[in-house]
Amino acid sequence: MSTAARRLWRSGEPFIWLTGGALALALLLVAGFLCLIVVNGFSFFWPHDVVRLTLTDGNTLTGQLVEREAIPGKAGQHRVKLKVANRDLYGADFQWADEASIARRDYPTDVVVMERTEWGLLIGTIKEVREAGRPVATGPAQGAAELARRLPAAAKARREIRAIEKGEVGALNHAQESIRLAMRRLESRGQAQSPAARRLEAEAAQLQTRYQERAAKLAELRARQTATVVVVADGGKDKELPLLQVLGVEAPNTMSVAAKGLHYVGRVWEFVSDNPRESNTEGGVFPAIFGTVMMVMIMSIMVTPLGVLAAFYLREYARQGTFVSAVRIAVNNLAGVPSIVFGVFGVGFFIYLIGGSIDRLFFSESLPTPTFGTGGILWASLTLALLTVPVVIVATEEGLAAIPRGMREASLALGATKLETTLRVVLPAVMPSVLTGLILAMARAAGEVAPLMITGVVKLAPALPIDGFWPFLHLERKFMHLGFHIYDVGFQSPNVDAARPMVFVTTLLLLLIVVLLNLFAIGTRNRLRRKYAVSAV
Amino acid sequence: MAASVQVAPNLNPQASPAGIMEAPMVEIEHVSLWYGEKLALKDVSMSIPKHRVTAYIGPSGCGKSTLLRCVNRMNDLVDGVRMAGIIRIGGTDIHDPTLDVTELRKRVGMVFQKSNPFPKSVFENVAYGPRILGVRSRADLEGIVERSLTAAALWDEVHDRLNDSALGLSGGQQQRLCIARAIAVEPDVLLMDEPCSALDPIATAKIEELMLELKNSYTIVIVTHNMQQAARVSDYTGFMLLGELVEVGVTRELFTNPRNKRTEDYITGRFG
Repeated sequence: MSTAARRLWRSGEPFIWLTGGALALALLLVAGFLCLIVVNGFSFFWPHDVVRLTLTDGNTLTGQLVEREAIPGKAGQHRVKLKVANRDLYGADFQWADEASIARRDYPTDVVVMERTEWGLLIGTIKEVREAGRPVATGPAQGAAELARRLPAAAKARREIRAIEKGEVGALNHAQESIRLAMRRLESRGQAQSPAARRLEAEAAQLQTRYQERAAKLAELRARQTATVVVVADGGKDKELPLLQVLGVEAPNTMSVAAKGLHYVGRVWEFVSDNPRESNTEGGVFPAIFGTVMMVMIMSIMVTPLGVLAAFYLREYARQGTFVSAVRIAVNNLAGVPSIVFGVFGVGFFIYLIGGSIDRLFFSESLPTPTFGTGGILWASLTLALLTVPVVIVATEEGLAAIPRGMREASLALGATKLETTLRVVLPAVMPSVLTGLILAMARAAGEVAPLMITGVVKLAPALPIDGFWPFLHLERKFMHLGFHIYDVGFQSPNVDAARPMVFVTTLLLLLIVVLLNLFAIGTRNRLRRKYAVSAV
Repeated sequence: MAASVQVAPNLNPQASPAGIMEAPMVEIEHVSLWYGEKLALKDVSMSIPKHRVTAYIGPSGCGKSTLLRCVNRMNDLVDGVRMAGIIRIGGTDIHDPTLDVTELRKRVGMVFQKSNPFPKSVFENVAYGPRILGVRSRADLEGIVERSLTAAALWDEVHDRLNDSALGLSGGQQQRLCIARAIAVEPDVLLMDEPCSALDPIATAKIEELMLELKNSYTIVIVTHNMQQAARVSDYTGFMLLGELVEVGVTRELFTNPRNKRTEDYITGRFG
């Protein structure tokens, strides 16, 4: 080694570069990942211009440009992917066009993009608006004006119908189900002919009449909405669409940037606050957000006391020795067990054993339909609590080890018992460490999917785990989860291409929720630290 | 001011060079202590008089802190400790099985070498002991806190930040807070284990001054490395070496006219 090289090595400079390089590489990977998600996610809601491509063979394609890529095997040539929508008319949402075959591109101002409750987007030109089959407005301009005038009423009717379906009919169904279960209970006791059973039957009959009333009201509401809009799509096909099915109409080619921005905000809000439609590829993800947050909350409530108590025993009471060391190592290694194994354990222990027993003891009237003996938010949360309990134990133990002995001695010397010392001095002082553990646990739990898939997550949950029916909190219900939603939308969806942007948006949302939960916990921890001013972990 | 006090002035005339004749608060009789197999205290006997400051001096590891921690049974917390002999406080055997160790510790306050306030507010630190004793009323607690902080000469400095974290106080203030916390439960005896070893001279002087003040109400036992400190604040001094209590007597006598050769060697700096 030459003197210069040796001097360089001894100066430590290469090592600094090496460490800095490693950090830079890690940051670059993270930044690239975030960029990919953010760019793909944020552009999803933007109303893109609609382009009409006239091909050299005379055909036209109208749609939104999605992608441009080099044609494999043909150097220097590119092709573009167009979202032409109108799946119900032509079968495919997307079309490819070689750039070489495009004769003209223009941006017609009369093209509208319609969002509807079924079949995805509709792209075309308004031909006329009809009321009970008779045209009331013809042509794109008049049609758009008429639509704008009529859409609010249609939206109101749609909301009304949904309120009846969800609210009143839902309540009736719920009442009928309770009566059915009460009847089963009486039958199992051999009291099927008792006066109580008669009363139940009378009630059920009454409910049936009320149900029919509601059904009639719904039919009437639907019948009253006779307005339709006729749209001419590319290729000349007409589509007549009831206004009840139209969620929104926009003409992106004529919209200003401000109008587009407004539209963007509206769609983001719809995404986070609405229910999914069309097997999750459209609409919002509110139930998944709700399920994710609630599951993390239940998990936190379960895991914190369990982890803290276990750590207290390990560090404060157990005689330190080989056995305790072995336990400690085992706990640390538990954090490395694949999460699916925890899922399998959850199914076997929580669902079949505990849930099954609960069903036999308390819900025998609804068997063989399981109540707790099937996947649900409680079991999923408990499974995740098991999965994350080592994290909380380790963090709490480290915090306990960092509390100076003198602090405990001071309390004992004042005549406090060990219990008083633990509760009044040690526990408050260790809280910041507990929260550190909880932050790590929540981050892990929010992103976990595998164990949830077998312990209670579903593609589409019919109801939220919290609703207006007693006992309001339904821990046995299945739920939706953002992580599973990403998997479902990205890989299980019937229309993967159309749903792909949803994958990015949902990922972004999940990251955001994890960050928010963490910020909340970090804020709490910092407040505690300021209050207690100890520098533990 | 305390630095100018060479030897505590108000010696009791009853004290004789041969031992301590005053009414004892703490009586230590033939106490030996082992950490596992290691003998840490060898047959120590002496009595500690009421409302006096008694100091223990000696080189590191001589057992003076161990002896101090025997008095409030803090050694119970250490695994593998065995003790023989009797210690009485106000006539009661501290190892009496009918006596709860927490009751004992309420009567014997302790101030540690390293100030160890709880990570709570100044108020909560002082109120901790009374709360353990069952004082609930806010007014009572406020009275106790003010009285204790005043007695520990800290009230003027902290009365406007009682709700701030105690860990924001200076080192000397923290140690005086620990003294206030210890006297808030009105113990009979106050044990101080090298209370000034981590403090600067000014803070040390304040604590020494405080000790002279406090001995009117409490029996104080102090362990110190600093012979000048023992000379300044204590009425009686015991010299310990290798687990043995070599000599005990009136502080001035012990420093000016030690009877034991080993004591003389230590205080004149020939070893230690």
